[in-house]
Amino acid sequence: MNFDYNEEQQLLADSVRRYLAKDYAFEARKKIVASKEGWSPAVWAQLTEMGLMGLPFSPDHGGFGGGAVDLMGVMEAAGDALLVEPYLATVGLGAQFVARAGSDAQKKTILTAVVEGKLKMAFAHTEKGARYNLAKVDATAKKAGAGWEINGQKFVVLGAPSADTFVVSAKTDKGLSLFMVKKEFAKVKAYVTLDEQRAGDVTFAKAQGELLGTEGGALPVIEEIMDFATALICAEAVGAMKFACDTTLEYLKTRKQFGVTIGTFQALQHRMVDMYVSYEQAKSMACLAASKADSPVDAKDRSRAISAAKIKIADNCRHVSQEAIQLHGGMGMTDEMKVSHTFKRLTMIAQQFGDAEHHLARFAALS
Amino acid sequence: MDLNYSQDESAFRDEVRGWIKQNLPQDLREKIANYDELGREDLLRWHKILAKKGWVAPAWPKEFGGTDWNVVQRYIFEEECGFAGTPPLIPFGLSMCGPVILRFGTPEQKKRFLPGIYNGDVFWCQGYSEPGSGSDLASLKTKAERQGDHYIVNGQKIWTTLGHIADWIFCLVRTDSSLSKRQEGISFLLIDMKTPGITVRPLILMDGGHEVNEVFFDNVKVPAENLIFEEGKGWTVAKYLLGHERMNTGRIGASKRELAKLKEFAGKQTGDDGKPLIQDSRFRDRLTRVEVELMALEITNLRFLDQMRRSGQPPGADVSMLKIKGTEIQQALTELSMQAVGPMAQPFKSVANDPDFDEFTAGLAPRYCNFRKTTIYAGSNEIQRNIISKMTLGL
Repeated sequence: MNFDYNEEQQLLADSVRRYLAKDYAFEARKKIVASKEGWSPAVWAQLTEMGLMGLPFSPDHGGFGGGAVDLMGVMEAAGDALLVEPYLATVGLGAQFVARAGSDAQKKTILTAVVEGKLKMAFAHTEKGARYNLAKVDATAKKAGAGWEINGQKFVVLGAPSADTFVVSAKTDKGLSLFMVKKEFAKVKAYVTLDEQRAGDVTFAKAQGELLGTEGGALPVIEEIMDFATALICAEAVGAMKFACDTTLEYLKTRKQFGVTIGTFQALQHRMVDMYVSYEQAKSMACLAASKADSPVDAKDRSRAISAAKIKIADNCRHVSQEAIQLHGGMGMTDEMKVSHTFKRLTMIAQQFGDAEHHLARFAALS
Repeated sequence: MDLNYSQDESAFRDEVRGWIKQNLPQDLREKIANYDELGREDLLRWHKILAKKGWVAPAWPKEFGGTDWNVVQRYIFEEECGFAGTPPLIPFGLSMCGPVILRFGTPEQKKRFLPGIYNGDVFWCQGYSEPGSGSDLASLKTKAERQGDHYIVNGQKIWTTLGHIADWIFCLVRTDSSLSKRQEGISFLLIDMKTPGITVRPLILMDGGHEVNEVFFDNVKVPAENLIFEEGKGWTVAKYLLGHERMNTGRIGASKRELAKLKEFAGKQTGDDGKPLIQDSRFRDRLTRVEVELMALEITNLRFLDQMRRSGQPPGADVSMLKIKGTEIQQALTELSMQAVGPMAQPFKSVANDPDFDEFTAGLAPRYCNFRKTTIYAGSNEIQRNIISKMTLGL
């Protein structure tokens, strides 16, 4: 039993945190969010330089061979800083499919480019009416010459506007399958999400693609990677919750009413305590999620732990974020306070990749 | 990061689990499973089995019978006891009075009191709370006046758990009421319950159980040699105990056992639609949320232990978090258990002692009632929040 990061993990988490504190402070981030692209090539280059793109990929392709636990500290730092770069879409989702299901040739081309920071990806999967059901896909693919032709529409594709290559789920005669499609074959209707990330609805019309993994064998791979990505946003939530707690505590110690700091009021002290308890419980479950996300051996055990973590994280995202705003009073409602942006990210994490109710049902089904 | 027990820790857990399985008497196991009230003999029987094995006071120094286990091993041991459903080790001697004597007692006091505590020959109770001093303990009024080589004690204690079966009581008493700081002038005194002038009056709780009492002191003559540490330094002694908590504040093992039990019998109950209740999504979701809460608490507890093992520091305010969450979970489990039996939660006891009266089911609602105490006792959960607020958050 050991809950510490090892020395390398700790050093990396610290350096990411330091870098983001310096170059990704709230005002700098605001400019990036307001920019046309909504992400920063300079930041992307720096994250690449720090080795974050290659962190979970094999040294064969220039990576460091890490896993979810190695990414945990990075994601916590991302949650603290409210990172809007398409890091999760690329490293946590898109390239994971290549790493886990791709051929040697695909790995070599794609992963090497990702590790070098030259390729951004997105996972185009969710369709209208599918909600959180990973198996519900209507998009189709059929053989066309040496490759495949994909038709379908995908919604809320995280990182779609910046993606160079999409991983797309579609059905063939043999069932649910995965394909890689280059951006020139995808029509993206881009938007900003509530939590200031970029996403889009993507239409594939006779889009050229290449098969990724086994035809008809996509579902277990999708489940595995969604579990992995869920573990990552659990860690991100923990970083965001920590910020929400710390900044609220600071506010209680400085804001004065009735001639005293409001932190002297027991009604507020107890609520503040409950926020920290929520954060600690969430952190525990994020540790569980990260350590289970790396064990593909027993898929049921893994998925059950991930769902348990997401239930707790979703509930505590709501609790911590709502209380953070309440204890800030009117100031918490304003766009100028970072805490309102943290509120929005936590609100979205609570229902990203399955809300508490979805995971309650999945947990019970796996029990 | 590795959330699993190490090989050594797993081996230790298996050893403890195997030993309990072999040595926990069947009739005690059944009493616990049926939520029967345990008497003095039941409690001391298990105490003595552990004492014989040398496992009854793991945290004590080795020379006084301690086991030299680290915090993780102590945690494993206590949670395995909870998980197996052993009778509880009553903390008043082993975890409260004993450690106080070990820390503050004279060599004579150690020699006189520790063996009885260790071997389970002397049953202790705690005299802290008073009618006017609950959460505000320092306001206590029970007076001890020095007269020659004795103290004369007058006053009243309340909520004295198991006072009706105890041989001795350790008390906080006021030896000086002239001081402006209330924490000063309090002393820690050991009193034989058989001393003339002591009256124990039962306080029956709403579930009908007799656990707690009022204890009245009317000119009770206590030898001055029963004073622990210095006169007027009782508050220092009491505070020392706060940092000397047991490892199983969260009661995780016991809650795991209750959860498994609840799942089993909720599977046997029928929901309104005739299907097993456990398949009713509204019930099942509530159950799952408690299960997830318990998982989070267990990992949080292990994280704290891991930190303690590394730093060598006592747990501090973290224990308060475990107490808050642990008791909330215990209460949620008793509530769901009661709810699982639906209308059958209403029968309480048979008028004519019918042999086929379902005692187990009838025990679920009283147990729900009884467990409301958990968020009140041992420092109410509101007091625990005050502690975290002050010690951890600096508010």
